[in-house]
Amino acid sequence: MSDPVFWHRLQFGFTATYHYLFPQLTMGLALFIVLFKLLARRVGGERYQDAARFWIRIFGISFAVGVVTGIPMEFQFGTNWARFSQRAGGVIGQTLAMEGLFAFFLESSFLGVLLWGEKRFGRRVHDLAAWALFLGSWLRGYFIIVTNAFMQHPVGHRVALDGTFQIASLFTYLLNPWALVEYAHNMIAAVVTASFVVCAVGAYYGLRDVHQDQAKIFLRTGVVVGLLASLLVAFPTGDRQGKLVAAHQPAALAAMEGRWNSGTWAEINFIGQPDVPNRRLDNPLRMPGILSFIAYGAFDSNVKGLSEFPPDQWPPNIELLYYSFHIMVGLGTIFIALMALAAFQLWRGALAKSRWLLWVLLLAFPFPYIATTAGWMTAELGRQPWLLHGLLRTRDGTSHLVHSGETVFTSLGFAGLFVILGFLFVYLIMREIAHGPVPHGTSATH
Amino acid sequence: MEMLWFWLVSVMIAIYAVMDGFDFGAGILHHLVARTDTERREVLGAIGPYWDGNEVWLLAGGGSLFLAFPKVLASGFSGFYLAMFMVVWTLILRGIAIEFRSHVADRMWRGFWDFVFTFASVLLPVLLGAALGNVVRGVPLDDSGYFNIPLFTHFGTHNPVGILDWYTVLMGVFVLLTIASHGALYLAWKTEGAVHERARKVALPMWVLTAVLGGLATLATAYVNPDIYANLPNAPLAWIGLVLFLGGLATVFWGQLRRRHLLAFIGSAAFIVGLLAATAACVFPVMLKSSLDPAWSLTAYNAAVSPHGLRAGAKWWFLGFPVAVAYFVFLFRIHRGKVKAASDGGGY
Repeated sequence: MSDPVFWHRLQFGFTATYHYLFPQLTMGLALFIVLFKLLARRVGGERYQDAARFWIRIFGISFAVGVVTGIPMEFQFGTNWARFSQRAGGVIGQTLAMEGLFAFFLESSFLGVLLWGEKRFGRRVHDLAAWALFLGSWLRGYFIIVTNAFMQHPVGHRVALDGTFQIASLFTYLLNPWALVEYAHNMIAAVVTASFVVCAVGAYYGLRDVHQDQAKIFLRTGVVVGLLASLLVAFPTGDRQGKLVAAHQPAALAAMEGRWNSGTWAEINFIGQPDVPNRRLDNPLRMPGILSFIAYGAFDSNVKGLSEFPPDQWPPNIELLYYSFHIMVGLGTIFIALMALAAFQLWRGALAKSRWLLWVLLLAFPFPYIATTAGWMTAELGRQPWLLHGLLRTRDGTSHLVHSGETVFTSLGFAGLFVILGFLFVYLIMREIAHGPVPHGTSATH
Repeated sequence: MEMLWFWLVSVMIAIYAVMDGFDFGAGILHHLVARTDTERREVLGAIGPYWDGNEVWLLAGGGSLFLAFPKVLASGFSGFYLAMFMVVWTLILRGIAIEFRSHVADRMWRGFWDFVFTFASVLLPVLLGAALGNVVRGVPLDDSGYFNIPLFTHFGTHNPVGILDWYTVLMGVFVLLTIASHGALYLAWKTEGAVHERARKVALPMWVLTAVLGGLATLATAYVNPDIYANLPNAPLAWIGLVLFLGGLATVFWGQLRRRHLLAFIGSAAFIVGLLAATAACVFPVMLKSSLDPAWSLTAYNAAVSPHGLRAGAKWWFLGFPVAVAYFVFLFRIHRGKVKAASDGGGY
């Protein structure tokens, strides 16, 4: 526990995980806001404008927390991962600087207009601001994902004489195949989160018999977008992501499935507990051939087990990696089933009346957050023990002169600060939801 | 290329200081110039549309530093570890205070966030000023290019140094005063009524104090790092910076007396840019000075990435920079004129 690497990882993992609770909602909501604005123009009527206004208020609160919790991310490259930054800065500095210049400025300039500018600047400028925020936040996502994809699957670089990594081809780096798949998978997952939140608020109003008009819009849009996104996040994006892991991080794939020995007709484990010291999986519930199919597209293909790799290349936390992967996949499957059921009821015109289903939709909103977090933990734990896969080990990337007394101090500081931020966020969001999507100007506090 | 990027990073830091400087200045003076809730909302309304974008100059400047001189970022950020996180926490608190304050119309809620806003706005310029002081004074970089120093030791400028010593604290206070005076001129320009009057009245004595402290800081710098002025004769940019610095100061007083508030504000922007430009020109090419051995200092030449990376970065940088500036022109255009707190409670 006094190992400095442990604290550097814990602090970055904690702050990154916490931070990402907010952008995943805002990036998804940005799409919904643009969608509501388009519907307002096509279908007409103030109802969609009211829907857009309501979600802009939620967006604003979530965005603010996302911005401030994102600041430590930028700093921690230098403060906690100095040797990594020094060696990889010649490559990843490109995208981190692009993020600032191309995405941050776009978002921050139009945020105020989107939040407070509708009356003052009129509808056209306001619509423009909605598009700017959508574009800015989705662009920013791309630069971050390219940076992460370089850590997962380094391309476009060369190793200089002094051991640093330098950019060899900016385009190869920017168009990393891993980044394209990871980006699609991640952004669609953000849409899943947002659509579950939109559905949950619709279900909440529906169950309470308030704001019926808006409840219907939220449920209808949320379910349709939610079903599409839940399908797309699994196939093709999740599937492609799995194949990339199989091709480039075979040890990670073996650990994700708790697979010790190689063989054809590799089975997928639905449930089971990995027993790492004894190299086995307890109480498995499995189906043969599926993992082979997922990894290589053929049921009889050979999937390597961990015993094929030297233990110093195994992900060090196999248990957590295994559960993260299974939670992500399990929840993703449940999302498709739930959204398909809701879509069926919607098509029958029975969604608003099925109170039990509304209850399920209401209570379901935390699960996409859990699935997304589990997905990122799968990616990041699976990458271990590497910081740059195959090139630089995590323990060689820390700030070696920063001692644990400093990192424990700052980790605790973040824990305290983020607890308070969480309470404030929940309080303000609950107020907005209680206030409801009522027409502009009817409340003194907005 | 290395020199170009040294100046690109410097330009972004200078823009950051001017832009975020005015909204920090407004925060420092928040309690002084605005008493009622409506007045405080005028102050927040005057900076509300800009503050987030202004802060992006820090992040984009940091990103450019990362792109071009990752060694400096790695060494500086890890070396000033605790101070860096104080900066981070201050930025977090301040952002939340600005964005959350007006969500709830309650005296206790707003009073609390007003306090947080002012507190964070005061603390950050001191920290950044101290950071500037550390860069000028030098840090104990070893031959591997790293260092790690505590927040404070004996408050002297000789090793073992801390981040805070008499010199860096003096620089912190000088920057705090400069930023506050800069913010006073901004508020005098963008507001009217009671806030305008108070901002205008505090500006003059504050600028006198800033000029005095500026002289003191210059003398102290000559004592702490005599080499810095040795570069002066062969650094033409330093002379331009000096002219900007003094011309800006004169413009501030002239604009103040003539009640031409925008002109005075532009003068104070020139003052800040001139100060930073002169400093950058005098220290060039050193970015992080080693107090142990000058050969271990990190310079624009030994800390830069490959020439190919610098060239590739420069290509898109010159594409993105005008766009970023255009956003600000757009913002200032649509928000032109004096700020009024929205009567229906909308906005900040």
